[in-house]
Amino acid sequence: MGPVIERATASMTDDASLILMVGLPFAGSILAAALPTNARTAAAALAGGVTTICLALALMLYAPVASSGVVRNQIDWIPALGLNFSLRMDGFAWMFALLVAAIGLLVVLYARYYMSREDPVPRFFSFFLAFMGSMLGIVLSGNLILLVVFWEMTSIFSFLLIGYWHHNASARDGARMALTITGIGGLGLLTGVLLLGHIVGSYQLDVVLASGNLIRSNPLYVPTLCFIALGALTKSAQFPFHFWLPNAMAAPTPVSAFLHSATMVKAGVFLLARFWPVLAGTNEWFWIIGLAGMMSFLLGSYFAIFEQDIKGLLAYSTISHLGLITMLLSLGSPLGAVAAIFHMMNHATFKASLFMAAGIIDHETGTRDMRRLSGLFRFMPFTATLAMVASAAMAGVPLLNGFLSKEMFFAETIETHVNSILDTVAPYAAFVGSAFAVAYSVRFIHGVFFGPPPTDLPSQPHEPAFWMRFPILLLVITCLVVGIVPGITIGPYLHTAVTSVLGDRTPNYSLSVWHGFNLPLMMSMGALVLGIIMFACLKRYLATSEEGPPYFRRLKGQRIFERAMVTMSWRWARFLEARLGTRRLQPQLRLLVLVAIIAALWPLTILGFDRDKLTLAGADPAFVGIWAIGIVCAIGAAWQAKFHRLVALTLMGGAGLVTCITFLWFSAPDLAVTQLLVEIVTTVLILLGLRWLPKRSPEIAAGDTGIGAKLRRYRDLIVATVAGTGMMLISYAIMTRSVPDTISDYFLEKAYSEGGGRNVVNVILVDFRGFDTMGEMTVLGVVALTVYALLRRFRPAADSVESPEQQRIQNADDDARPDRKLGDTVSDYLLVPAVIMQWLFPVIIVFAAYLFMRGHDLPGGGFAAGIALAAAFILQYMAAGTVWVEDRLRVLPVRWIGIGLLLAVAVGSGSWIFGYPFLTTHSQYVDLPWIGAVPAATALLFDFGVFSLVLGATTLMLIALAHQSIRRLRAPSTPAGPSEEAS
Amino acid sequence: MEFVLAIGIGVLIGSGVFLLFRPRTYQLIIGLSLIAYGVNLFIFSMGRLKIAAPPVLASGGPVNPADYADPIPQALVLTAIVIGFATAALFLVVLLVSRGLTGSDHVDGREPN
Repeated sequence: MGPVIERATASMTDDASLILMVGLPFAGSILAAALPTNARTAAAALAGGVTTICLALALMLYAPVASSGVVRNQIDWIPALGLNFSLRMDGFAWMFALLVAAIGLLVVLYARYYMSREDPVPRFFSFFLAFMGSMLGIVLSGNLILLVVFWEMTSIFSFLLIGYWHHNASARDGARMALTITGIGGLGLLTGVLLLGHIVGSYQLDVVLASGNLIRSNPLYVPTLCFIALGALTKSAQFPFHFWLPNAMAAPTPVSAFLHSATMVKAGVFLLARFWPVLAGTNEWFWIIGLAGMMSFLLGSYFAIFEQDIKGLLAYSTISHLGLITMLLSLGSPLGAVAAIFHMMNHATFKASLFMAAGIIDHETGTRDMRRLSGLFRFMPFTATLAMVASAAMAGVPLLNGFLSKEMFFAETIETHVNSILDTVAPYAAFVGSAFAVAYSVRFIHGVFFGPPPTDLPSQPHEPAFWMRFPILLLVITCLVVGIVPGITIGPYLHTAVTSVLGDRTPNYSLSVWHGFNLPLMMSMGALVLGIIMFACLKRYLATSEEGPPYFRRLKGQRIFERAMVTMSWRWARFLEARLGTRRLQPQLRLLVLVAIIAALWPLTILGFDRDKLTLAGADPAFVGIWAIGIVCAIGAAWQAKFHRLVALTLMGGAGLVTCITFLWFSAPDLAVTQLLVEIVTTVLILLGLRWLPKRSPEIAAGDTGIGAKLRRYRDLIVATVAGTGMMLISYAIMTRSVPDTISDYFLEKAYSEGGGRNVVNVILVDFRGFDTMGEMTVLGVVALTVYALLRRFRPAADSVESPEQQRIQNADDDARPDRKLGDTVSDYLLVPAVIMQWLFPVIIVFAAYLFMRGHDLPGGGFAAGIALAAAFILQYMAAGTVWVEDRLRVLPVRWIGIGLLLAVAVGSGSWIFGYPFLTTHSQYVDLPWIGAVPAATALLFDFGVFSLVLGATTLMLIALAHQSIRRLRAPSTPAGPSEEAS
Repeated sequence: MEFVLAIGIGVLIGSGVFLLFRPRTYQLIIGLSLIAYGVNLFIFSMGRLKIAAPPVLASGGPVNPADYADPIPQALVLTAIVIGFATAALFLVVLLVSRGLTGSDHVDGREPN
């Protein structure tokens, strides 16, 4: 049964526009991928259109979200496992969706002008749209598993976007590192989410968000928190996983502007805020999240000062700002959460505009190195002004949005939340970090736009196209407007977002610029002054310094990461392979059997083995006699298999025959028939193969007589004896117990009334479990084709190429005698049996038809009939030789296989026409003149498919192998032998 | 009766396992076939042994399941026999081709040093 997709229509707040918002970008992505490589404008227009629709949908959804709180849409997928395609938009999700769509649209516009004509632009937009869809998916997921799926998709698409210029080694390395780190985090998140689901009993976000106390008091809380934190901190590039972000700067700048300001890295803090109501407020949360946040905040801002690459500076600044958000969330106070959510928005606006400005500088001058850039203000005053305002927002200058949230941040760090050293240090760290932020912001502006005009730039700088500046302009205006009149612009929207996270715990907060002369304002001013002083002191050093901060630049996270990767994936892997691996089959098989023996003994040693007395009493002497033969045959086959292949094959056939009799003895006529026929075909097949195996006689096997070989054999004998004895005891123990209730009764009772057949085994195969049978016949067909394909290019070993010894003697004899022609000796070979075999052909055909027709009611059926008819064909080959048969008889095995499969599928899907599930059968009897009542179940048609396929597959294999003897054979072109060993 | 069959199953599987550890591909194919017999009989015996009670219904009337042998193990074994044949054929061809390509009929594709 495949997953049944049902549309849930019960919910009152059900809204299809959510599906559209998540689905459209993916549809657009596929379309964009189909565009020709040079369709730059078309791809951009497509991406712009999709993004605009998403933005419009988000805007339209504000009213229902604001009024009813949550908009939902759910499609059940596997409800029994708690897996649903469930989308859910509350205020917080709405805010993020808007951010993603709005900044996405601006980035699309920007990218249209940024990307060069030489780049495969449709591919860029295809990845971009898919990434945006995944990001919207994360934001709107109402089911945690779904969230993880989208989470992983953002990792994959960010990998593709970062590595977009894949001819560039640093892009490849950066992409791989980002994927590895965020991928590990994704696994951690999955584990954490599974634990959450285990604790709560549901993966639905609504249920989880309502079970905060349950989660926090559960003993699994700490591991859950650790795994979720791993996911969030890796994604948001937080210490100690921060180092992937600067390396991801090899991406095209529009990617950085989108992924590393508003989306990808924000997913981590989004998740922390999402789970804030249920996970925050404990000591563990405070320490884990708080420490990571504070370290990222301080180190990120410190490192950013010493970056020479503009994008590197912005990347470290992003780490630092995300650290600030993380710190705010770690406090566990509602006001802290408000500030965090506010700063998420503010950071996205100013950082996206700064990345775009960095892209313009790079685009127009050809370099991003601040040691080479200088005095660009005179060339691009407009861009410079915009960048200056955005940097001021980043530094936290009053009247800009960054100032407001930073002010809230200071106010929060001053408060005591958890009495610990981390909390005491927080305000000082906040102050120092903010001073660093001022320093790197000033450095960026001063280094790039002021000072003497630049010398030897790769290209002459000038203002970019208007539409490239336009997105920056919009973002910077947003920064200003929000910064000056926050209450009437962002206020209501922020409030909707905040209440959806905090619920009843929403605090009173004020969004005004002026709060009077208080400590946070003093801290802001102090940080501004200190930052400028810091820059003034470092200015001379920075003008020529090496990339990266002093001392720390030796300690590269990247290098540590790469060393760890090499150690794990190469050194350790090789070590383990050398210790545990073997390319030899025999030890592996021994290990397998030993494990099986131990697995069987384990429960016996614990629970004890209670069996009836072993007794032969009551056994039929004839049956005992048959099995005495069977045992001799089996042991003999094992003994002779090395040096006397034909003997071993014969003895094996004997054991098979005894098996066949046993089936018959214990009421399984169908099995007996099939076993007997399969036995014949297998024997013929192996006989055909014997000719290609090397000669071996006891005399030449000198290596086998050593004491070591003898010991090995004894050891194997002991293992084999243990295995055999174990199987004997287990089967005896089971056979002497009574049968529990099984579904067999059901099959016996319904076989005739519902399957329309009296042979229950056949009814099970073609009706009740018809789908299994269909899979099985497919396997048989695939095997036959594989055998055929393998043999088409068959090259025997060098010593098997020439004709067999017997043939050579016969031919030599024919040559030597003048009255004989070549081949006369064997011309009348087995004449009488050959005639009988040829005469038997029609008889066997009738027999096969008989087996087939009676199959539904009496022992027989498609399997048996197919093999019987295949045996009829192969008998003809044996009687008259391949050439003679193929002159007179056209056997088309591949066609039989095809007909069989098609018929089975056709019969199965035929039941759809009548509104029944796949492979439902219909049965009735038809009165034929002369013959009488004949069963005419549709299962019979299906069984004919089985018959046809078995016939085709068996003959294909037999004929392919038989043909090898008449082909002109060559040894492999490069003589292979023991000397040519794999190194 | 049960004990006889149990011994038979044990011997078939024991012989097969012994051959499984041998170095030549031909020994392996014989061993796998012997194990297949043993395993098929083992699965079959899960339905317990009944004499003269094949699961072929006498008439269309009401059915007393106790009168018939268990059909499920039989259906399972029937498919197992056919699949066993297919895998044996595939293995045979693989061993022939491998012997042709490597010149050795050792299970590792090369003679031990």
